[in-house]
Amino acid sequence: MSSAVTRLSYRYKVPLSLSVVIIITATVLSAVLGWQAYRDLRGGLIAGAEGLGRTLSRALLPSLLNDEVWSAYETIMAPLEGVEDGALPQKTITVLDAKGVVFVSSHPNEFPLLAPLASIGPGYAQLHHVIMTQTPHSPEQFEDRIKDRILVAVPILADDGTHLGTVLLTYSESLFLPNFYASLKRVIVSTLSVLLVLVPLGWSIGRRMAVPLTRLTEAMAQIGSAPRAQLTKKLYRGNDEIGQLGRQFERMLDELEEKQNMEKQMIAADRLAAIGRLTAGIAHEINNPLGGMINTINTFKHHQNPDPEVTQRTISLLDRGLAQIRDTVAALLVEARMESHALSPDDVDDIRMLVEAQVTEREVRLDWDSELSEPLPLPSTPVRQILINLLLNAVQAAGQSGTVGCRLHCDNRLLVLDIRNDGETIPPAVLEHLFEPFSFPGESRRGLGLWVTYQIVQQLKGRIEVSSAHAETRFIVKLPLPENV
Amino acid sequence: MMKCIRRMPDSAAASEGRRRALRQAAGLLLAGLAAPVRAQSAGATIRIGTTAVILNDQVSFLDEWARYLRTQIRRPVAFVHRNSYREITELLLGDKLDFAWVCGYPYVRHRQAMRLLAVPLYQRRPLYRSYLIVASSDPRSSSFADLKGRIFAYSDPNSNSGYLVPQYEMLRAGLDPLALFQKSFFTYAHGKVVAAVAKGIAHGGAVDGYVWETLSLRNPELTRRTRIAAKSDEYGFPPLVARRSIDEAEFRGMQRVLTGMPDNPAGRSLLKQLNLDGFALPEERLFDGISKILAYVSTRQRLVS
Repeated sequence: MSSAVTRLSYRYKVPLSLSVVIIITATVLSAVLGWQAYRDLRGGLIAGAEGLGRTLSRALLPSLLNDEVWSAYETIMAPLEGVEDGALPQKTITVLDAKGVVFVSSHPNEFPLLAPLASIGPGYAQLHHVIMTQTPHSPEQFEDRIKDRILVAVPILADDGTHLGTVLLTYSESLFLPNFYASLKRVIVSTLSVLLVLVPLGWSIGRRMAVPLTRLTEAMAQIGSAPRAQLTKKLYRGNDEIGQLGRQFERMLDELEEKQNMEKQMIAADRLAAIGRLTAGIAHEINNPLGGMINTINTFKHHQNPDPEVTQRTISLLDRGLAQIRDTVAALLVEARMESHALSPDDVDDIRMLVEAQVTEREVRLDWDSELSEPLPLPSTPVRQILINLLLNAVQAAGQSGTVGCRLHCDNRLLVLDIRNDGETIPPAVLEHLFEPFSFPGESRRGLGLWVTYQIVQQLKGRIEVSSAHAETRFIVKLPLPENV
Repeated sequence: MMKCIRRMPDSAAASEGRRRALRQAAGLLLAGLAAPVRAQSAGATIRIGTTAVILNDQVSFLDEWARYLRTQIRRPVAFVHRNSYREITELLLGDKLDFAWVCGYPYVRHRQAMRLLAVPLYQRRPLYRSYLIVASSDPRSSSFADLKGRIFAYSDPNSNSGYLVPQYEMLRAGLDPLALFQKSFFTYAHGKVVAAVAKGIAHGGAVDGYVWETLSLRNPELTRRTRIAAKSDEYGFPPLVARRSIDEAEFRGMQRVLTGMPDNPAGRSLLKQLNLDGFALPEERLFDGISKILAYVSTRQRLVS
């Protein structure tokens, strides 16, 4: 229920709520009116019975005084003329004498003459008691209820106040029930016709109330996919909460735009900084051999008629300097050699052997877990390079007596290399620029190892992720297996 | 119809009874008094006293009868309706009425003040019976003794068939009419006795056999709810009487008109409505039976009226 309610759009929720409130109000009103009608009809019936009882009590006085049964019978039958009787008489009139004995009754089968009222049936004993204790002293009539009947008793008092008897009227509730149902029907019909007008009205008002909200929602959903002017064009402008929301939304759009601009600027600045660092690194790497070579050439110039040994030494120096520059440039222009054979479990074992020396030297514990059991359609050389680079880095980072973990497994048409160490955590600032070349001057391999690794992974259309926290640094490389193999 | 005097000379009940009678009779009186002032007929209005007839539309019936008599006698005729024979008898004794239709029982009691005019023929005979009726839901009761401890309805204390005959029957059977029933009451009309038994107000009732039979033709639903438990011997039918001081010619004229009714289509129609065959000249000994039982009863019990 609650989930259905929360899922429902305000476009329906608001009109629905209004309609429900209208319907509940109308229903409660009809119920109250129906109850009122019931009370009124019943009250009217009782009032009528009391009036009739009082009239009869006057008219019956002489008959009762003179013991004229028939005349009393004719008197009480007069108001009953034309009353149709079913199984249960709708109206009965009974005259009781001063002792509560039936003097005459419109329905002698039910109220036999000369029978004490108490003997008539269940409930009447109590009534008899009430009549005998109450009516002699009170000129007031009273009502009671037995089964589905309303009873009204009116005392018959002589002019001097002597209690001569009681007029007992019983009215079946079926007498006013048809009238009550008719009233109820009228109430229901009028309620329904009011609802027929109010519910559509409430529905349309509710719809109109929900429109600003739905427009705002639509606009929000279109952020990023539609131009700003279009987003705010249809927004509701008012001073209520939804109007304020709309203005907040516009302000938010402004701020979003500003932030996006700032981000763009930051990215540009970052890029420039990276290029700066890269340029500085390259310049530094080339400058060193370059400086050496220039010195060598200058020294060579100072020699008059240099002997072949000096020349040879100079050329050798230049050669090594140029080789260094070439190596640097080559490292920068990483190119995976794709022509190598498919990666096999043997390659993995080779790599393990290759790093074993370092591992032993540093007393590092190596957890090795390779699920590779058959050749994979991946070029072995670049993968070996990635693995060696990352493992040597990890061994180095783990430090003396550290732990390095290496896990290889195939997952969902991916080869996953998972290398971790428990060395020092890499600070977030460093982590950001981890794969940039020359980022960490002074480091071994001149900081190109990870750059090279990154480039190879890129060329293999894979991904590399790094995380470092809680004394665990972890590199995960995911290489897709070519599909057509 | 034909019921006799009410008792209770004073008391609220009497005045109540009178009021009721007045209410019922008012329209009739006005109609009866106003109508005859029509031309052709000369002389004083002939006034005929009557009590509740069994017919539902007795006002229109009496109108029609008065019209008929006026045409026949060529004198204005008015029916004077009273609720009891007591009142009718008093009016007759006071010469306020010319004729009256009374019960045989008041007739034998006031023989000296009344002159027999005519006696109706019911099933071709001037006789009728008293019926003991019970509710049709009571299949066993066949006599007064069977109604011991029940509630009983008499028609009128001055009625022969509705009071005197049942008293006689009970006494003859060795029963005490005052102690036999748990309660008894008067309805002051035979039709109402039938209604009281039919509706269960009384368990048994004494009714004019002619009235019951006529009702069974007019209102069979009512009589079907009653059953005749016993029938009495035959007695003289309630007669039409004249005041003693009546003019002889007038007396003869009325006698002629009444006995001539079967010869006239309009008269036959009226008789048919009354469920009677005609009117016969009466014989005094017709009411000897009533005299006899009245004597029998009054020596053994004080009669109510």
